[in-house]
Amino acid sequence: MIHTRKSLWRGAIAVAAVAGFVTSAAAQMELKIMAPAAPGGGWDQTARSMQQALTQSGIAKSAQVVNVPGAGGSVGIAQFVNSGKGDGNQLMVMGYVMVGALLTNKSPVTLDQTTPIARLTAEYEALVVPADSPIKNAKDLAAAVKADPAKVTWAGGSAGGVDHIAAALFAKEVGADPTKINYIPFSGGGEALAAILGGKVTVGISGYGEFESQIKAGKLRLIGLTSATKLPNIDGQSLKDQGINLEIANWRAVVAPPGITAEQKKALVDAMDKLNKSKEWTEILKAKGWDDAYLSGDAFAKFLAEDQVRTKEVLMSVGLVKS
Amino acid sequence: MDAFISLANGLTIAIQPMNLLFALVGVLLGTAVGVLPGIGPALTVALLLPITFKLDPGGSIIMFAGIYYGGMYGGSTTAILINTPGESASMATALEGNKMAKAGRGGPALATSAIGSFVAGTIATIGLTFLAPFLVELAIQFGPEDYFALMCVAFVTVSATFGDSPVRGLTSLFIGLALGLVGIDILTGQSRLAYGVPELFDGIEVTTLAVGLFAVGEALYVASRRHIHEEKLEPVRGSLWMTKQDWKRSWKPWLRGTALGFPIGALPAGGAEIPTFLSYSTEKKLTKHPEEFGHGAIEGVAGPEAANNASAAGTLVPLLTLGLPTSATAAMMLAGFQQYGLNPGPLLFAERPDLVWGLIASLFIANAMLLVLNLPLVGLWVRLLAIPQPWLYAGILVFATMGTIAANPSPVELMMLSAFGVLGFLMRRFDYPIAPVVVGLILGPIAESQLRRALSISLGDPMVLVQSPFSAILLLIALVALILPFFLKGMGRFKAAED
Repeated sequence: MIHTRKSLWRGAIAVAAVAGFVTSAAAQMELKIMAPAAPGGGWDQTARSMQQALTQSGIAKSAQVVNVPGAGGSVGIAQFVNSGKGDGNQLMVMGYVMVGALLTNKSPVTLDQTTPIARLTAEYEALVVPADSPIKNAKDLAAAVKADPAKVTWAGGSAGGVDHIAAALFAKEVGADPTKINYIPFSGGGEALAAILGGKVTVGISGYGEFESQIKAGKLRLIGLTSATKLPNIDGQSLKDQGINLEIANWRAVVAPPGITAEQKKALVDAMDKLNKSKEWTEILKAKGWDDAYLSGDAFAKFLAEDQVRTKEVLMSVGLVKS
Repeated sequence: MDAFISLANGLTIAIQPMNLLFALVGVLLGTAVGVLPGIGPALTVALLLPITFKLDPGGSIIMFAGIYYGGMYGGSTTAILINTPGESASMATALEGNKMAKAGRGGPALATSAIGSFVAGTIATIGLTFLAPFLVELAIQFGPEDYFALMCVAFVTVSATFGDSPVRGLTSLFIGLALGLVGIDILTGQSRLAYGVPELFDGIEVTTLAVGLFAVGEALYVASRRHIHEEKLEPVRGSLWMTKQDWKRSWKPWLRGTALGFPIGALPAGGAEIPTFLSYSTEKKLTKHPEEFGHGAIEGVAGPEAANNASAAGTLVPLLTLGLPTSATAAMMLAGFQQYGLNPGPLLFAERPDLVWGLIASLFIANAMLLVLNLPLVGLWVRLLAIPQPWLYAGILVFATMGTIAANPSPVELMMLSAFGVLGFLMRRFDYPIAPVVVGLILGPIAESQLRRALSISLGDPMVLVQSPFSAILLLIALVALILPFFLKGMGRFKAAED
């Protein structure tokens, strides 16, 4: 045991030594940010990017990231709401995927129990096909889905997530039965991408970033984006421009625990306002390819409430949620 | 050969003093975290990401690779010495490795694992250098039906290999398969057998089950036996180093383990668990000393350890060539690339050859460093076993609990750990093999979702399972492996009756 412990200490000291470089003085806030997912995913990256920008810009004195993985955030939110009550120094990263996951999991804890603070980023969904696919654009895909929705296989992320919802909305929009779509969920982007590249499925749907390098290398063809219009830095048309009325974004946001005071809430909203304007955050958004979708305070609370209703309707229409 | 020139260029980048230092920090950190169950390389890389943002991209990516390889080494050390696999990939190592350690052969077990990892890591890195572009083309042709067939082979060989009777092996396997059903069904998003407990939504954590069954179960068992007969542990019996005989028995398993680990690791849904267990089964079948299996056979350590490290290099194939992260650590490394605005994929080799080849070259160096670091430590490590049993097992319990809590901070997880500990104790008491439970939990859900994906893609036509030549061959192998033992047994009986 002794030697084991020693080498652990050595590891801990090394981490601490490197960490020492980045801690800056000033500021009073000591934040704890929960990423309700395993290290590496979108929420974790958001939390760690926030940590980096908040401490480097001096908005917060320190920021600690805690990972509580599980079930699209259901495990994390339960812990956050129960143990964080009244704590004005805690934040949890969440997003559109959690809205759907909480509904499909019939989670006993809901987002209504949290205090909405701010929406930070958005990422649009991309529809891709293998380079040798006969489908050339969104209209071809629409025709195929309309002819027989079961014959078009979709590869994307977890069931009930934003990819699945977007696929269902696509079917609905082109006049096919959304409950008949053949959606095949994959865990993690890698496996889905392999299935698309290998030509095992008709079409792939996920955040644009997951496909970017394959599109640029000419192995995948981008046939549509779920943004309102063409995006400045992406070479491809939106679905709307191709006559399919579908607009959806995978947004990410932060919420605070229930039962915090109005002053505590204001302090957190102010901190997010400052974060959004900071040079450090702007640089991160650019490096990660995230769209700035900043919306804070009551405006965000209103958006969140509306999006929950809309998502529930979609999930019921595809049969993922019964009541 | 272009690859040679590129590799030579890479080597000149990797041996720059700063990069050597990064590799050293990486392997040290990796070894340290690999030792603690639950805290794996993925979490470490995640913790370091924001810190390395300001550093030079080459250096920090080299450090991440060092952590990855180091984690593989650290995990096997605890598996061998205290029967606590640091991660699921070192589970197979614990089976024979810990038996060897208890028989006073911990030194050779650690040595064959360190040297085997080095050999496998080196060969696999060479494979990565030269075969990556071809391998990746093959790997993406691997469809859900092929994965399902591969799982079938793993199920059959594993349940037939462990324990004294196939029935006991199968019983254990089915306990694992049943546990694997718990959680949200990936294809429909509905939860099964979770009874509204949020911690169960994502299924039962593999490390919690493994640590509970192996470490906690073992501690309980030893405690229950203490008054009946005290097991005397000798830390060292015979040579601390590998004998000539050990070398002779190790080199073939190393090579076979590499041959299994590298290609399976390169598959987008391959992972490290399948090749390690397949390697264990293979060695048990091929060994000239079958009586030693279950009591500390060196082949059972050499093969899986080699497979483990080779698969780590294998996962870098889809990561570097396609940008496909196929393990948690690979996903973190991808995030590492992305924070410098680099996108791994077909273009990375062309855009930043210095980075890619520097990374590949530093893998060679990290491997050599790990060997140099680990071999002299063998003598120190085995002294752990000289600690009086009550202290040692108390320490193991603290260690197991700490690791579980660190990975999933929740009381439910701790309760599960204790429950699995009791299960492990009972299974030991009544002589059921433990490993198939873990195999069932890991592979069961994968096999299920791949089968359902295959059927979903084929619109419900079961013929898809045998239409791909690869899956047809694998299913045939599984069938033969399932029937052959019974057939041979029948033949044996037939002969006996004739006499």
